[in-house]
Amino acid sequence: MELLSISPPGWGANLLRGLAKSVQIAIGAFSLGIVIGISGAWGKLYGGPMVRDLLGLYTTIVRAVPELVLILLLYYAGTDLINRALGGLGYPPIDISGLVAGVVVLGVVQGAYATEVIRGAILSIPQGQIEAARAYGMAPGKLLRRITLPAMLPFAIPGLANLWLIATKDTALLAVVGFSELTQETRQAGAATKAYFTFFVAAGALYLLLTLFSNVIIGAVERRARRGLPPVVEAGR
Amino acid sequence: MKALLATAALALVLGLSAGSASAQAIKVGMAPEPYPPFASPDASGKWTGWEMDMIEALCAEAKLQCEVTMTSWDGLIPALNSKKIDAIINSMSITDERKKSIDFSDKYYNTPTGIIGAKDSKFDATPEGLKGKILGVQVSTVHEAYAKKHFGDTAAEIKIYQTQDEAQADLAAGRIDAVQADSLSLNTYLATDAGKACCDMKGDVAEDLEVLGPGVGVGLRQGDAELKDKFNAAIKGIRDNGKYAEITKKYFDFDIYGK
Amino acid sequence: MTAAASAEARDAIRSEWLQPHRIVLMAIGAALVLCAIVFMRWDWLPNYYDLALLGIWRTIWILVVTCVLGFMLAVPLGLAQAAGPFWLAWPARAFCTVIRGTPLLLQLWLLYYGLGSLFPQFPWIRQSELWPILRQAWPYAVVALTLSYAAYEGEVMRGAFAGVPRGQLEAAHAFGMSPWKRFRRIWLPQAIHRALPTLAGETVLQLKATPLVATITVIDIYAVASRVRQDTFIVYEPLLLLALIYLIITGILVFGFRKLEAKIPARLG
Repeated sequence: MELLSISPPGWGANLLRGLAKSVQIAIGAFSLGIVIGISGAWGKLYGGPMVRDLLGLYTTIVRAVPELVLILLLYYAGTDLINRALGGLGYPPIDISGLVAGVVVLGVVQGAYATEVIRGAILSIPQGQIEAARAYGMAPGKLLRRITLPAMLPFAIPGLANLWLIATKDTALLAVVGFSELTQETRQAGAATKAYFTFFVAAGALYLLLTLFSNVIIGAVERRARRGLPPVVEAGR
Repeated sequence: MKALLATAALALVLGLSAGSASAQAIKVGMAPEPYPPFASPDASGKWTGWEMDMIEALCAEAKLQCEVTMTSWDGLIPALNSKKIDAIINSMSITDERKKSIDFSDKYYNTPTGIIGAKDSKFDATPEGLKGKILGVQVSTVHEAYAKKHFGDTAAEIKIYQTQDEAQADLAAGRIDAVQADSLSLNTYLATDAGKACCDMKGDVAEDLEVLGPGVGVGLRQGDAELKDKFNAAIKGIRDNGKYAEITKKYFDFDIYGK
Repeated sequence: MTAAASAEARDAIRSEWLQPHRIVLMAIGAALVLCAIVFMRWDWLPNYYDLALLGIWRTIWILVVTCVLGFMLAVPLGLAQAAGPFWLAWPARAFCTVIRGTPLLLQLWLLYYGLGSLFPQFPWIRQSELWPILRQAWPYAVVALTLSYAAYEGEVMRGAFAGVPRGQLEAAHAFGMSPWKRFRRIWLPQAIHRALPTLAGETVLQLKATPLVATITVIDIYAVASRVRQDTFIVYEPLLLLALIYLIITGILVFGFRKLEAKIPARLG
């Protein structure tokens, strides 16, 4: 038990530092995912045929290939391609930190799922509301900001909440490329002390706390966003 | 070159402390896995060990400002080639196979390769001794290549682990019968409580220069002659000025540079 | 639907596929594939052909076994949560929450390395009959993936059991069916039917979880691709091929489930 105390010789501080990194990446990836999701949904609903097909390809591929494979591909290929492109244009190579790479990689994965969630949510908005806005002569940007996004929010929240929970858990996959988030810190602590069991259980408890805490927040947000709407059924991971 | 001269001139003007601040900055890659006594994290998250001291000494000698970047062991060479890192200082042996992808500095240490196994089973580190045994090695190491070449026919299975520590954990759990690795790191493991309880050294494997290579060097991108010269000069420098011996004395009772 | 109407529908599908921009996209795609074949390195393929087939077989084997076992476990988990007494509902609920609230990778490592680190303290485990099984890596992979599938699908089954209309069960009761018969003939089939649409998605997610077993030394197709990467230092080619293999397996799964769903009448009750 003293292995888990916050100050050395306990490894508690390392685990908490890992947790902080995991949460940072999850927040970054989730935000990026929502931005990609909104643009993706917009493109899928209102874009030209080419845009729609390309987005379809993106969401299909990302949702069919394991995250682990995508992370490896994007982690190595992503930086390589960016630097080659920069080199080709005559710029010096930029330095992409593990944190940024992790956020981008998981964000791209989240974006594919978010696209589908938000697309479904926009489709659930009563068509009359959007038509009314168009009749008022609202510009597309204003329509998105004032009508579509606020109106779709209650429909999107269950799906997005699910995505947030997936984001927190997917950060663990970055351990495989050597990024020191919670799971990686746990493995190191276990390896250095040989008390694998203790540390993995402790890390599990931290992840669980994060999930339960998120659920409380999500519940509050959902209640607020769904004022005056009938209840919906949620499903899936 | 001009920039370099300017930097050097600036360093001269501003003195030593500024010299280290304006030195060329590079990223040194290593795997975030405990590999005592060369590198292991302590409870405060700080990495210590012979190799960590060596990184510091080499970089100081070469006037480089080194930032250690953690990348998984099997991702080190791809990371080097995709310019995520500039050098690998992670007990990586110089081998012909790796030289196809990357370049190496001169060696900075060289130690024999050993095999450990459970205390209650008696066998030698020979192909006959490993007959029917499950041997664990770390992926993409000289030990993996060696085990496949020399023990592939006799051993029951050669199990490949992402980190050496996982192989040792499985040996302690009894899932495998033997682990082949660098003898210094194995001896350090045998000195721990877990190692003492389970295992002992079965001996060093027969030499095979072609597979095991001439020793451990700094991994560098092919064609990065500038950095290679700097590291070669730095290795020679700390060998000559006694810094190498001073660091080594802290961890070992003999010179691990080898012949 | 008449024959003419279905022919019309087929033509509509065909013309949808042959829109001009689709042809352009397909041409670009074909060009990219061709470039990949010509300019990338594939000389390693023959050396790893046998290992790759073995890897694909392992991946599919693990997928099928864990999905079947997981579903069998999901039924009691769902039932306990939907209709069980609190001393059954509560543990089932806690189990689902814990498994769904922690990363699978962590669960896998806890089972494999965590339990493994306890073995030396209990020497009798190594003398037991089960040791030859406990010694290998795949049982841990199967257990971890099965529990994960059971927890996610158990949550779905909870909703499915709760969603079966009460009138159906009351009618069965009125017919004088015994509780067991009621469950077997009415409740379970209808709940499974309700859960069926989620099965395809859950199974694809399970497929995407299988590469994690490579981190505990099980050699699936992902591990084979890593091996190629680590042996030859070729990074992109094996990963791209790997992504393609997963795409194909996913395609087959989705297609298979669609056929299965089409076979079952759309409305039961």
